[in-house]
Amino acid sequence: MKTVWQLTLAMIIALTLTACKTTPEAVTEPTPEPEPTTDVDTKAAPDPHDFTDVRNFDNPESLLSKRVIYFDFDKSSVRPEYRGIVSAHAAYTAAHSSARVTLEGHADERGTREYNLGLGERRGNAVMGLMSAQGARGSQLVVVSYGEERPTCRVSDDHCWSQNRRVEIVYTAR
Amino acid sequence: MTVTDKVKKLFIILTILLASNAVQAQLQIEIISGNPSALPIAIVPFQWQDATPPPISSMDEIISGDLYRSGLFKPMDTADMMERPVDEESIRFGTWRLLKVDYIVIGSVRTPVDGQGHELVYQLFDVHTQERILSQITTVGPGDLRYGAHRVADAIYEALTGVPGAFATRIAYITATGLGSDLHYELVVSDADGFAPQSVVGSPEPLLSPAWSPDGKKLAYVSFEKGNSAIYMQDVATGSRELISSGKGINGAPSFSPDGRKMAMALSHSGNLEIHVRDMATGRLTQLTQHWAIDTEPVWAPDGKYIYFTSDRGGKPQIYRVPPTGGNPERVTLEGDYNARASIAPDGRRIAVAHGRGNEYRIAVWDIETERFTVLTPGVLDESPSFAPNGSMVLYATREGTRGVLSAVSADGNVRQRLILSEGDVREPAWSPVIR
Repeated sequence: MKTVWQLTLAMIIALTLTACKTTPEAVTEPTPEPEPTTDVDTKAAPDPHDFTDVRNFDNPESLLSKRVIYFDFDKSSVRPEYRGIVSAHAAYTAAHSSARVTLEGHADERGTREYNLGLGERRGNAVMGLMSAQGARGSQLVVVSYGEERPTCRVSDDHCWSQNRRVEIVYTAR
Repeated sequence: MTVTDKVKKLFIILTILLASNAVQAQLQIEIISGNPSALPIAIVPFQWQDATPPPISSMDEIISGDLYRSGLFKPMDTADMMERPVDEESIRFGTWRLLKVDYIVIGSVRTPVDGQGHELVYQLFDVHTQERILSQITTVGPGDLRYGAHRVADAIYEALTGVPGAFATRIAYITATGLGSDLHYELVVSDADGFAPQSVVGSPEPLLSPAWSPDGKKLAYVSFEKGNSAIYMQDVATGSRELISSGKGINGAPSFSPDGRKMAMALSHSGNLEIHVRDMATGRLTQLTQHWAIDTEPVWAPDGKYIYFTSDRGGKPQIYRVPPTGGNPERVTLEGDYNARASIAPDGRRIAVAHGRGNEYRIAVWDIETERFTVLTPGVLDESPSFAPNGSMVLYATREGTRGVLSAVSADGNVRQRLILSEGDVREPAWSPVIR
């Protein structure tokens, strides 16, 4: 990651310097395009829509960097606004047969613990179903439900509950 | 000083003693709402004739504390006792009548002839009729004085209410202490009054759903220590344990059959959460439900004829029941948006559930015959009801702020008490069977 940024920075500086240097001579002596063009294409920030590119896991522009899906109360259907994230991970997983994903299902604190284990699993299964339909193999995906045992937020209010009703897409291998 | 104050003081002293011995925090109990029609009773301090030095907490304090917490008795403060008779001849019933006491208990503690353990010798009298209601000797082993006092409280409770006492029992519960990566879970067993907490198992990963074997010797529970839910069974005294189920998906909600030969559980290895019954001798597994719904929280009726469970096959979680040999599940709870985690009263006629409406969850009891709910608790996030083995009270988990605490409520909803751990969350109580 660090090297990618260092390279990118180097490229930008190089291009800027080249631009400065060439401007006065532009009319009389057209300089050829700078050499490292091809390097820029492969090593600069990745195309955020290329969901097969591992670098997008850390690219905030890419849906691959988002790995939590939130749910409505007592519901396990993936809301439309989260389908893109699921599809991105399905595409990555389908393209990388070595990738392994644990779908951790969670519920908010309302209701009983064992029922919430069931609810967490149902949410995990919903995400797994969507990913499988888009090419991820069953052997790559596993659902683990924690029910209400692992909240990310501990206040008893609507906001907190909405943060806790979730599936976390956890890569155990990329 | 009132009995409540004394009980509190005692708890503070014991909590400090336990802390100094690096034993974990213990539950502190206080009554939130009392019963105006409680029976006035005087437990006169027992005469100490035993060869060993007397313990910190006296027998009368333990017995009074038990009776007080049941909500059915109003034990007299020893400081208000003008005399302390040690035998029947020295009881002046007129004096006790003036003090507005209905019943009086006198007794002593002595070393048995064989020199082993203790004998609690006691008598219970009706102050008005001057009749002797009870005259007994309870023998306990060395170190079991508290247990002996609970047995005496059980006998008094039974003699005066007609219902066996449940003081000489234990409770299991889960505690969660620490934050973030320091979070630590523990399955704890203590006496029913919160004393003598003993850690059964500890883990950095979640523990849940403790369930007693019918002989009170073993606990089944769910642990995430391997990264996924798994069911274990552990001997409380020896600590030896056995992995019962760790299949793909959920391994949850263990419940022993009344004869201890089978265990019902919720498993999702088939891809969906279903009720299963395991034969403990052969390990053979029978799938009892077959439905796309969440089927979980199985619990056996005391007569073993049905397994009650939670299912959202009708859209919302409700209690259903099915014979342990299989068949079509029938719906049991007919009212309310959310009814889950059944605990069946020993009479088999009442079912305590977590009863949800909107964002509020209360403990309610469903009467199978009259088909009516009685809501027992004020909410708002009450769950995990567990009937006392005599059906007199229901222990449950509730919240105080962001913190989990246990409470107990009398089966009629009139008396409530709170059991608080000095730090962290306490949750998922399970009341043991009566251990004879």
